[in-house]
Amino acid sequence: MIEAMPPGLILVVGALLIPFLPKRWQPGLAVALPVASFLQLLTLEPGLSHQLRLFDYQLTVVRVDRLSLIFGYIFHLAAFLAAIYALHVKDTVQHVAAMIYVGAAVGAVFAGDLITLFVYWELTAVSSVFLVWASRTEAAYKSGMRYLVIQVGSGVMLLAGVILHASATGSIAFGRLIGDDGLLSSASAGVVLIFLGFGVKAAFPFLHNWLQDAYPNGTVTGAVFLSAFTTKLAIYALARGFPGTEILIPMGVVMTLFPVVYAVIENDLRKVLAYSLNNQLGYMVVGIGIGTALSLNGTVSHAFAHILYKALLFMTMGAVLYRTGTIKATELGGLYKSMPVTTVCCLIAAASISGFPFFSGFVTKSMVISAVEHHHMTWIFIGLLVASAGVMEHSGIKIPYFAFFAHDSGLRVKEAPWNMLVAMVAGAALCLFIGLYPAPLYSMLPFQVGDYEPYTAGHVLTSFQLLVFAIFAFAVLVKTGIYPPEKAGINLDFDWTYRKMLPALIRKIGVVINRFTEAFSIVASHLLGRAYRLVYRLHGPTGVFARTWSTGAIAFWAVLGLFGFLLLYYWGR
Amino acid sequence: MSDEKKFWLDQPGNVNRLYWGLVVVCVLLGTADFFIHRHAYSAWEGFPNFYGFFGFAAFWVIVIIGKNLRRLLWRPEDYYDD
Repeated sequence: MIEAMPPGLILVVGALLIPFLPKRWQPGLAVALPVASFLQLLTLEPGLSHQLRLFDYQLTVVRVDRLSLIFGYIFHLAAFLAAIYALHVKDTVQHVAAMIYVGAAVGAVFAGDLITLFVYWELTAVSSVFLVWASRTEAAYKSGMRYLVIQVGSGVMLLAGVILHASATGSIAFGRLIGDDGLLSSASAGVVLIFLGFGVKAAFPFLHNWLQDAYPNGTVTGAVFLSAFTTKLAIYALARGFPGTEILIPMGVVMTLFPVVYAVIENDLRKVLAYSLNNQLGYMVVGIGIGTALSLNGTVSHAFAHILYKALLFMTMGAVLYRTGTIKATELGGLYKSMPVTTVCCLIAAASISGFPFFSGFVTKSMVISAVEHHHMTWIFIGLLVASAGVMEHSGIKIPYFAFFAHDSGLRVKEAPWNMLVAMVAGAALCLFIGLYPAPLYSMLPFQVGDYEPYTAGHVLTSFQLLVFAIFAFAVLVKTGIYPPEKAGINLDFDWTYRKMLPALIRKIGVVINRFTEAFSIVASHLLGRAYRLVYRLHGPTGVFARTWSTGAIAFWAVLGLFGFLLLYYWGR
Repeated sequence: MSDEKKFWLDQPGNVNRLYWGLVVVCVLLGTADFFIHRHAYSAWEGFPNFYGFFGFAAFWVIVIIGKNLRRLLWRPEDYYDD
């Protein structure tokens, strides 16, 4: 019975029950739901699938394999930690939205066909937007609107692609969609549309700005949920449908690189984390593009580790925002004195994302990079190496440095609430555990590879060299005053096109149309005036048609007319 | 605030100590390259302390690019009016 239920259903149905509980029990149910759903997940065996007939289509509502299972596990773990982190929240909307969102994401990774995937895909969009709106500010409302339009748009693209694909091939199965050549140029239009639909959610370059726009506007706890699911669902979908798609390799490198530069100059620390998230997705996308067992395992394991340290980073910055009321680097600093536990957790997350040996990012990112090395992709390798120094910059140093150290802002606050601390300490412990003992994570990976050993002396040494020298560069830059000081303000990104340029363009077009109609009305009234004057001249009191003509003249014209008719008749015969 | 606990980092000189500590660690890591065998895929990768120099340079370049990009991209906070 319990195996027949689609995974995620417990979360979605449970979420709908939350409002009927007294307010103080609601957060508790939100913690219990991922646990209950996880227990159901444990009963699922790879190979299991459930079919359902809908009209002419055979839907595979549930398909269990190793790829879906590992995403299922990490989604539950993240939801559980985030729910603990949100235990103090008294806002029913957030608990309901978060649990529907998690349920939809879980359902999506177990969807065996594209139509079921589409349904869950859209459900993640419409549920998660409430985690942005729940901030209840004007900025959050507008940002949420943009987020919703883009996310639903991604689903619409997916659906259009699915319809084209299904009518061309007759199949709605969600398996490998890209051809064996790995070229998008030889794929059908439907497949390309599906790829773009996934690409929006995966924050491909130029499709990425919803991420940096919406997540920093999310609530303190909502941003933690948001950081875990949407983009990793897209990574899962790409890994399932587009492994070995060549274009993903250079695209992934671009994704790792450009956010790094933005992160250097961004003042909103949660926005820095959003850029950093974008950058981390790049490594996963490269792994999918290479498409070998090693690189795909790298992608999946990196997604697993990433969900934990990224959620932890959002938790620590959320705690700072919760206690101080600001997350601007210009207004923070010196918080290690009043929030020591949060500081330590943040440092552990920072070390993990930077890929320091003995922390989680090291044992996962290195798989992707090893795959790149293995294929002798020198430029890709160099790109990822630069990006790794960049990760050290924004997430490894900037986040902890400007929040907790740097110049003392004078802010003296209380340490984060106990529930936040529990979630953060647990997250930090997991980051360390994965780094120190990667075997359990490796054993869950979807593909069989020979023993991969991250801890070789050479690999540990080179990682330390890269990262410690990067820290040294930071120290020199700060000491010499070259490092740019934090500055209040925003930085233009691609969203400028739809937040400024397009509205301005539309206004311009409106102005042109106005001018045109104005000019037209001037010309028209001029012409009408002339026509009126002509009519007046002819028919007015002095006009030629207004004269009284004599009877004799009329008779003359009549005879002339009749004579003319006679002539015409004669010649016409 | 005068009765506030004094922190190690507040004491003048300790930040400098950290800095020089970092220099020592860098020197150790750089020289370790001569003693620890590592597998290099390409010749340039085998250059002593290649990763150290690379990390330093990449970090520097990223910060400088960011710094210059700010001149181009920076706008006041109310730029988008929301």
